[in-house]
Amino acid sequence: MSFSIQQENTQKEPNLQPTGWFRYFSFSLDHKVIGLQYLVCGFIFYLIGGSLASAIRIELVSPISDFMPREIYNQILTLHGTIMIFLWIVPVVNGAFGNYLIPFYVGARDMAFPRLNAVAFWLIPPAGLMLISSYFINGAAQSGWTAYPPLSITTPAAGQIVWIISVLLLGGSSIFGGINFIATILKLRRPGLKLMQLPMYCWAMLGTSILVVLSTPVLAGTLILLSFDIVAHTGFFNPALGGNVIVYQHLFWFYSHPAVYIMVLPAFGLVSEILPIHSRKPLFGYTTMVYSIMGIVVLGLIVWAHHMFTSGTPPWMRLFFTIATAFIAVPTGIKFFNWVATLWGGRISINSAILFSCGFIVNFVLGGITGVALAQVPFDVHVHDTYFVVAHFHYIVYGGSVFVIFSSIYHWYPKFTGKMLNEKLGKLHFIITFIGFNLCFAPQHWLGLNGMPRRVAEYDPQFALVNQISSIGALLMALSTLPFLFNVIYSAIKGEEAGDNPWQALTPEWLTSSPPPVENWVGEAPLVTKPYGYGEEEHKNDEPTNNELQSL
Amino acid sequence: MLPKTAIYTILISLTLILGGIWASDHLSFLPAVASTNAPIYDELFKVLFVIGTILFVGMTALVVYSLIHFRKKPGETGDGLPIEDNLPLEILWTAIPAIVILFVGLYSYDIYERMGGMQTLNHSHNNESEMVHQRLWGGIGSAKQETESLQSIPVLNIELTAMQFAFLFNYPEGEIISGELHVPLGQPVSMRMESKDVIHAFWVPEFRLKQDVIPGQPTILNFTPTKAGRYPIICAELCGPYHGGMRSTVVVEQPEEYQSWFQKNAKQPEIEL
Repeated sequence: MSFSIQQENTQKEPNLQPTGWFRYFSFSLDHKVIGLQYLVCGFIFYLIGGSLASAIRIELVSPISDFMPREIYNQILTLHGTIMIFLWIVPVVNGAFGNYLIPFYVGARDMAFPRLNAVAFWLIPPAGLMLISSYFINGAAQSGWTAYPPLSITTPAAGQIVWIISVLLLGGSSIFGGINFIATILKLRRPGLKLMQLPMYCWAMLGTSILVVLSTPVLAGTLILLSFDIVAHTGFFNPALGGNVIVYQHLFWFYSHPAVYIMVLPAFGLVSEILPIHSRKPLFGYTTMVYSIMGIVVLGLIVWAHHMFTSGTPPWMRLFFTIATAFIAVPTGIKFFNWVATLWGGRISINSAILFSCGFIVNFVLGGITGVALAQVPFDVHVHDTYFVVAHFHYIVYGGSVFVIFSSIYHWYPKFTGKMLNEKLGKLHFIITFIGFNLCFAPQHWLGLNGMPRRVAEYDPQFALVNQISSIGALLMALSTLPFLFNVIYSAIKGEEAGDNPWQALTPEWLTSSPPPVENWVGEAPLVTKPYGYGEEEHKNDEPTNNELQSL
Repeated sequence: MLPKTAIYTILISLTLILGGIWASDHLSFLPAVASTNAPIYDELFKVLFVIGTILFVGMTALVVYSLIHFRKKPGETGDGLPIEDNLPLEILWTAIPAIVILFVGLYSYDIYERMGGMQTLNHSHNNESEMVHQRLWGGIGSAKQETESLQSIPVLNIELTAMQFAFLFNYPEGEIISGELHVPLGQPVSMRMESKDVIHAFWVPEFRLKQDVIPGQPTILNFTPTKAGRYPIICAELCGPYHGGMRSTVVVEQPEEYQSWFQKNAKQPEIEL
């Protein structure tokens, strides 16, 4: 059976779509509206997840459990993890920016399946609300975002079942999105646009979507079996009925390790768009960047058991997963060296977007280094399930993905709204976030090495001072949201007009009006075969000298 | 003669390497060393710390330097040079991390083997016949016994039962059940672990050892304590509301003191009159 997508299908009914501000509350099929719906919805969940994180850090100011009951503490840490992963980072780095940018980048007027796209988004708000409402109905899930059985089977069933249904809906949303991105990138490309001419974010989203489509169904199947164990008292994972808890861990991590790349690969793509524009230089090493994304995808699928070095795995398995995990550092390292080479010799505008992107590089390097350390079995055996892992993970997902989300908002806000964000407030936002983040999470490496396990409401008093420092960092992170929130609201109303292309960028989304019209371009979409051609016109007559080449 | 850039690169790299080594020697990041595994683990930590420090400081310096040195000056409007790739450079920065990763992997394998990770775990426990039909999983195996004298010391077998929210230690020989783990200094210990309810994890930071305690799947953990003292035993796997309070103590005692504790607590054989 042949498979083809007729782009004309999406062009027949634009007039049926609502216009004006209320289209953002409608079942719109416009990829830009859906992208911003993902972004705003995700940010609301970020505020909720962040409030829960603040509650956790308040509890940990003192070594005893005194701020909230222990069951509530476990519910809050479960909700915090689930919300931040499934309702903030994954939907935003994939759904929000993917929806907004990918059709522009491939020269299309919408996604391949606009209705599926809308369904993918509209699964998220009810799933999120259901997840949070379980806290008020009969107690939310309290077995952590990993929901390991038998704990998830023995804790109160209602909250756990609601958690499973929510995650299934969110997983469904991810799969719909992933299929749509793959189809859009591969089948809706403007004639004449080759794969190796696509902006890097397309490659990142292609790689991410492959991971989503291959691994998310495994999580869905696993959670359905877990729900059978809880509701129907089957024994898939219940050892009391002959089940095996380790099998759950294998299946869970087969999705949940790639989930880390589902959160960071799009962030890698976004940074690859932002750095060249604000450095006024082409993206360095395009081809190796593409191969490194695909290398990360392949390796990302075969490293899940490094989460299980203390669970009970045969020695050979530990060795295999050690080597596979550590080698992800090679393609990842290539990307980081290429980004630094993109900056090197540029004409860098020191603005909020580049500061958050550079903050990402610094934070992620530290997260990557601790990741390589954690891949080593002997090292992992000591620090597994401790605050060292909490620190490492937050350096990857907050220091990595969330910094990039903010960088991307500063970069694309003029395109979204036609207005500029205030730079002074943006820099203030960056400084407080960067200091608060490092103050919060850097000391946690020491906590883990010295004996503080994660997911505890009470701890050894010797760790009180370091926990208090960490909590001050968390408070700063919470405060850092204020200048950002004020900025995005104030600038939308009274911000300076941005014009169509305030950064003089060459990528296709900037070659239309800000904000763009319903079908992205009036007339034919431009064919952009060289999205990073900065400096080519200016320097076409002067060959780089040997010294300049050597300096790279 | 070397170009100026190369000299700077070499000098900065040397400073980073020496700085990393100094930091790993002079800063304390780990708790006391109290088992044969711990110093081996600390060797690996030191190597990882030095390599990590060099990478982190180096990359951060490059980013900060770029932001300062290549920032757009007021009124400047031009673009940078349109340099898109440099094959030798890209090969270099692919090959060097690959070699470093390979080195770290091989070194960590050596450490893993020295900690007993590749040893079969079933052999040392006295319930061997019972376990023939039962697959036993474990963490790090018994630490390599490097001296003849240590090899001649018999293994002390202990059974651990974990439950919400306590560890119980059973000494089969003396029929002792204790909430505290007492072990003699320098004697290899083999601990068979099983959970009664949910997954727990047995962790002694000073031993640098951790192993999950899994319901329906016994696990085993071998270690040799090397420093007398009282060290915390911590449950590291979320096991319910009181998970943070699931703690106990391992008491590493001189052999005489341990014997005295054992005699005092062991079930006395019934004497037929």
